[in-house]
Amino acid sequence: MSSLISVTNLTRRYGDVCAVNNISFELAAGDILGFLGPNGAGKSSTMQILSGNLAPTLGEISINGIDLSAQPKTAKASLGYLPENPPLYKEMTVTEYLTFCARLHKVKKQQLVAVCDLAIERCGLGDVGKRLIQNLSKGYQQRVGIAQAILHSPPVIILDEPTVGLDPIQILEIRTLIKTLGENHGIILCTHILPEVQAVCNRVQIMNAGELVYRADTVEGFSRQSSKYEITLSSNVTLDTLNSHAVFSFVEKITSNQFIVDSDMSADKLIEYIVSQQWGLSTFAQHQTSLEQIFIDLTLADTKVEDKAEASVA
Amino acid sequence: MILLIAKRELRSLFTSPLAWVILAVVQIILAWSFFSSLDIFFSIQKELSTLQNAPGVTDLVVSPLFEVASIVLLMVIPLLTMRLISEEKRNKTISLLYSAPVSISEIIIGKYLGLLFFLVMLLLMIMLMPLSLLMGTELDMAKVFSGALGLFLTLAAFSSAGLYLSSLTDNPMIAAVSTFGLLLLLWMLNVNSGSATDNSNVLAYLSLHSHFTTLLRGIVNTRDIAYFLLFIAGFITLAIRQLETQRLQS
Repeated sequence: MSSLISVTNLTRRYGDVCAVNNISFELAAGDILGFLGPNGAGKSSTMQILSGNLAPTLGEISINGIDLSAQPKTAKASLGYLPENPPLYKEMTVTEYLTFCARLHKVKKQQLVAVCDLAIERCGLGDVGKRLIQNLSKGYQQRVGIAQAILHSPPVIILDEPTVGLDPIQILEIRTLIKTLGENHGIILCTHILPEVQAVCNRVQIMNAGELVYRADTVEGFSRQSSKYEITLSSNVTLDTLNSHAVFSFVEKITSNQFIVDSDMSADKLIEYIVSQQWGLSTFAQHQTSLEQIFIDLTLADTKVEDKAEASVA
Repeated sequence: MILLIAKRELRSLFTSPLAWVILAVVQIILAWSFFSSLDIFFSIQKELSTLQNAPGVTDLVVSPLFEVASIVLLMVIPLLTMRLISEEKRNKTISLLYSAPVSISEIIIGKYLGLLFFLVMLLLMIMLMPLSLLMGTELDMAKVFSGALGLFLTLAAFSSAGLYLSSLTDNPMIAAVSTFGLLLLLWMLNVNSGSATDNSNVLAYLSLHSHFTTLLRGIVNTRDIAYFLLFIAGFITLAIRQLETQRLQS
């Protein structure tokens, strides 16, 4: 099956600044792709390019098999896009606005009412359909924005920070909605919120300084198992004490009495050893690198190097 | 698609008080001017009847009304065009149109048509005043309609220039001020055309005003119509190109 979105060697420059540097990826139906990155990493630029709001400097994009720059109108017909700021005409009522969007996406007249009603129901907008958008709270406005993106049930849905400004219950509802939609659409979810990616997505990509720095195509890839262990000991054991024992090939202090250790011994032998030393072992767990840790490692690595470089110059 | 965008544009004009206020203010000012020229006409009617080939009520009341209308609207149209594109850019609503299966030409032409519908309404309301004279007298209808056509083309030309300047900035005030400046300049280009040097003739040809006055005198000339149509097409093309360039650069 051909992929819904395929991006090849995409580059975007703003003058001398390179916001997106030679990235390539694909999206298939049933994918919910989490797009992560710190501020200014080029996530939103990428989304704007994918949705036709910006033209790429270099590279090719095809949506549903159709080249975006050669046949923009046909390609955009398979697209639903929620930008960072929901594009709402605030002087319209919710129903009017959604009807306008539906017609803009060439929904047939007979289906207009049904399509709008479905979107209103899915995004929980039933009570506010007749109200002006400008009088709605931020959360409701955000939901109107989501409704607009999924309205015409496009094969590709791009959501740029969809859960901003929503209350916890709404966030859960929207996540469930995204999961449901993900069963037969391809979704790109751009967000800062790591747990959201873990809860919803089945693939993840991390962008930093315009480049794709990490990609995991399975849920398992979201965390890395390691051979290290996290242990909690009584407070009188210090880092030096642990270092003086040759069994540990690696020791790192987390808090005053928590350590990460690595050893060639198997877990049960290691526990026996620690117990025999009478260090007051209270927890022993396998150390995991979470998505958060991966994110921090990848995005901070560069800045640390830069800091050092600056320091040496100074 | 074009009509859909035009309809939304018209709706948003009428949901804000701006459209209503403009309709009311323009109507009040023009009514005042209409009545004062009617008053002058009555006071000199006796002397006119003694003249041969004297100017009629169409020349003395209707044409001045259209003339005043063009100047009032020269000031009003920048207020209508300023928000066309710049406000969409500022509120980021333009990305809805960009990500929809609509081309940039359709967006621009749709918005332009939406504004034109409004101007037609405004024009119809202005037309009611001279047409009310039909109850008591005869009018040179050909001249009235030629004048109305001239006014319509002038307004359409104003709007196309305003649309283009609105696409250049995301600040509506800057769009309004620059539109007003440009229109006033184009309007006044023929001021010194009295001195018949070659240069001033070129300037007079470029002036919107000189083409409007020809139509106002009842002369429907393809030369003038072509000028207006080229003017409009030129600025609309510029606006389309401008948005396409911004997609590449901004």
